[in-house]
Amino acid sequence: MYPISEDQQALVDMVRQFSTESLAPKAAEWDETHHFPVEVLRKAGELGMGAMYSREEFGGAGLSRADAILIFEELAKGDPTIAAYISIHNMVAWMIDAYGTPAQREEWIPSLATMERLGSYCLTEPGAGSDAAALSTRAVRDGDDYVINGTKQFISGAGTSAIYVVMTRTADTGSGGVTAILVPDGTPGLSFGPPEKKMGWHAQPTRAVVFEDVRVPVANRLAEEGDGFGIAMNGLNGGRLNIGACSIGGGQAALDQAVEYVKTRVAFGKPLVAQQSILFELADMDTQLESARTLLARAANALDSDDADKVRLCAMAKRVATDAGFAVANSAIQLHGGYGYLTEYGLERIVRDLRVHQILEGTNEIMRLIVGRSLVGR
Amino acid sequence: MIKIAVLVKEVPDTWSDRRIDPGTKRVDRDGDVVIDEINEKAVEAALQVKESGGGEVTAVTMGPKNALDAVRKALAMGADAGIHIIDEALGGSDALQTSAALAAALGSRGFDLVIAGNESTDGRTAAVPAMLAERLGLSQATFLRTLTVKDGTVTGERMTDDGHVEVRASLPALVSVTEQIAEARFPNFKGIMAAKKKPVETLGLAELGIAAGDAGGANSWSVVETVAAKPPREGGTIIKDDGTAGQKLADYLASAKLI
Repeated sequence: MYPISEDQQALVDMVRQFSTESLAPKAAEWDETHHFPVEVLRKAGELGMGAMYSREEFGGAGLSRADAILIFEELAKGDPTIAAYISIHNMVAWMIDAYGTPAQREEWIPSLATMERLGSYCLTEPGAGSDAAALSTRAVRDGDDYVINGTKQFISGAGTSAIYVVMTRTADTGSGGVTAILVPDGTPGLSFGPPEKKMGWHAQPTRAVVFEDVRVPVANRLAEEGDGFGIAMNGLNGGRLNIGACSIGGGQAALDQAVEYVKTRVAFGKPLVAQQSILFELADMDTQLESARTLLARAANALDSDDADKVRLCAMAKRVATDAGFAVANSAIQLHGGYGYLTEYGLERIVRDLRVHQILEGTNEIMRLIVGRSLVGR
Repeated sequence: MIKIAVLVKEVPDTWSDRRIDPGTKRVDRDGDVVIDEINEKAVEAALQVKESGGGEVTAVTMGPKNALDAVRKALAMGADAGIHIIDEALGGSDALQTSAALAAALGSRGFDLVIAGNESTDGRTAAVPAMLAERLGLSQATFLRTLTVKDGTVTGERMTDDGHVEVRASLPALVSVTEQIAEARFPNFKGIMAAKKKPVETLGLAELGIAAGDAGGANSWSVVETVAAKPPREGGTIIKDDGTAGQKLADYLASAKLI
C-alpha cells in the first residue's frame, strides 16, 4: 500500500495537475451558479477518468481500486462535487463492464470511458433509501420488452445523462426480486423532476427520475432477473471507497488552507501557530485524515483481491473517511474564525459538499450496521 | 514514416528556489526537478508531426538517474521509445561536450527530424541544438514558433527580434522550437501505464565511443569562472496620483519601450 508505486505516483501527478488547473479555480463559481461543467468532464474523460477500473477491452483504463482512491482524492482537492459525480459515473461504467453482455459493453463503455456520454445510477426511491431492498419501481415483462413504472429519487446527473442504470422490481421476493435494467435517455415515458435545492453539491444536478410506461427491450437487462440487488451492493463497495477518498481530498484541501492561515494570522501579538492549542488541533486533523487514508487503502486492497472481508472493510473505511473529511473541513472553518464562515474563503463550500458523503452510498449508520452484523453473525 | 528524435531534460522546477552551487559552479539539482516545459512542448510538436503523417518518436535525454523521468513523461504523452545517455564521467559537460554525446547517440540511427527546445530553463546556453545539427551534418531551423512537415520538407516561422521569417529545410533536419509552438497534452491513464512497457536504451561512454579523457567537467572546452547571485530586485517606481498619474505611467512605459 505504502509507499505508493511509481505508476501510482505518475497517475497522481497527472490528476493533481488537472485538478489544480481545471477544477480548483472554477469550483466556487460552479457552486454559486449551480453549473454542471460537462465540458470539463469531457476533458477528464479524455484523460481516462470515465471508466477507470473497467477493463481495457472496450476503452476502460484497467486501473485498480487502489489506484482509483488516489485519483479521487486528488480530484476532490480541486472540487469534491465534481470528483463525487465522476465516482458515480465510474460506478455506472463498471456495472455495465462487469455485468453487461459483450454487445452492451461494446455499445456503452467506449463513450462512457471518454465521458462523451454520461451515466446515472438509479437505486434510491422516495420511499426506499437505506432499505433499498424495499424498492417498488416495477418492471413488467411484455413479450420482448420490459415496461417500467415508478420514481427514483436523488439521482445525480439526472436530465444530463445518456444512460440510466435502474434497479427495478421484477418479483415480489424482496432483495431477490430486483433486476438491473439499462434505460437510455430519450426513451418515451422517461422524465425528470425539478432540480432539487440542496445544501451542497451545487455543481451537479440532483433530480427525481420518473418512469411512466417506459418500454425497453429485454436485451437492456443487465445480467439475469433477480441479480440486481447483488449488482447494486457490489457497485456500492467501490462507490464507498471513492466517496471516502473524495472526503479525504476535500478535508486535505481544507487542512492545507488552514495551515497556511494560522502561520500568517496574528492574534495576541504572535502568529496563531505559536499557540500550542492550534498545533494540537492541526495534529488531530492531520491524524484523522491519515488514519482514514490508511484504512481506505486497506479496504481498496481487499476489494482488488476480492477478500472475504471486503464488505466490512469498505463499510468501515467509508464511515471513517467521510466523518474525518467533514470534521476536518469543519475544524478548518473554526481555525479561520469569522473568515471561515465567508463564502470567499471556500471552506464553507467544502463543508457543505462533504456533508452529504455521510449520507449517500449507504448512510454511515448503515455502515455501522454492516460492521456490527459482521461481528455477531446476523 | 519519419523517425523523429526529441531532446528532453530534467531541470530544477522554475517554481522553486533555483541556485547554482558556488563550489562546483554547476546548477544545483538536489531540489525539485521536472521535465523542462519547453521539452514538453517539443514532445507535443513531435507527436503532432507523427499524428499528421505517421512516424515514430524517440525521446532522448542525457543526465543522471532521475533524468529518466523526463523520458518517462514523454513516453506517457505518446512517444514510442527512449534513449538515456548516462555516465558519471559525463557530469559537468559543457554545451560542446553535450552536443558531442548527443551526436554520438543519434548519429547512426537514421533520424529524419530532430526536435529540441530552443533553450533550457537551467543552463540557458541555447547552443546545443545548433551544435548538434552541425555535428550531425543536418540542416538546422532554430527558434521556430510553427512547424509543419510535408513531402520531405520541414517549414516553420522563425522568430526574430522584429518579427518572423518563414524558413524551410529538406529532411533530414534539426529544428528548435520556442514556447509558442504548442500546448503540451496531458498524458492519459493509458499512456502513463503503457510508458513503463516502452523500450528505453541506456548508453554510456563506451557505447558512445567517447574517450574518458574528453568527457566531463574536467575536460570541458568552456569553464565557468565565477558565479554570483542575482542582486535582489530594487524597489519599483511609485507614482503618486496628483491628477497626472496616467500621463506619467504612459511616459514611463514609453521610455522603457513597452508601449
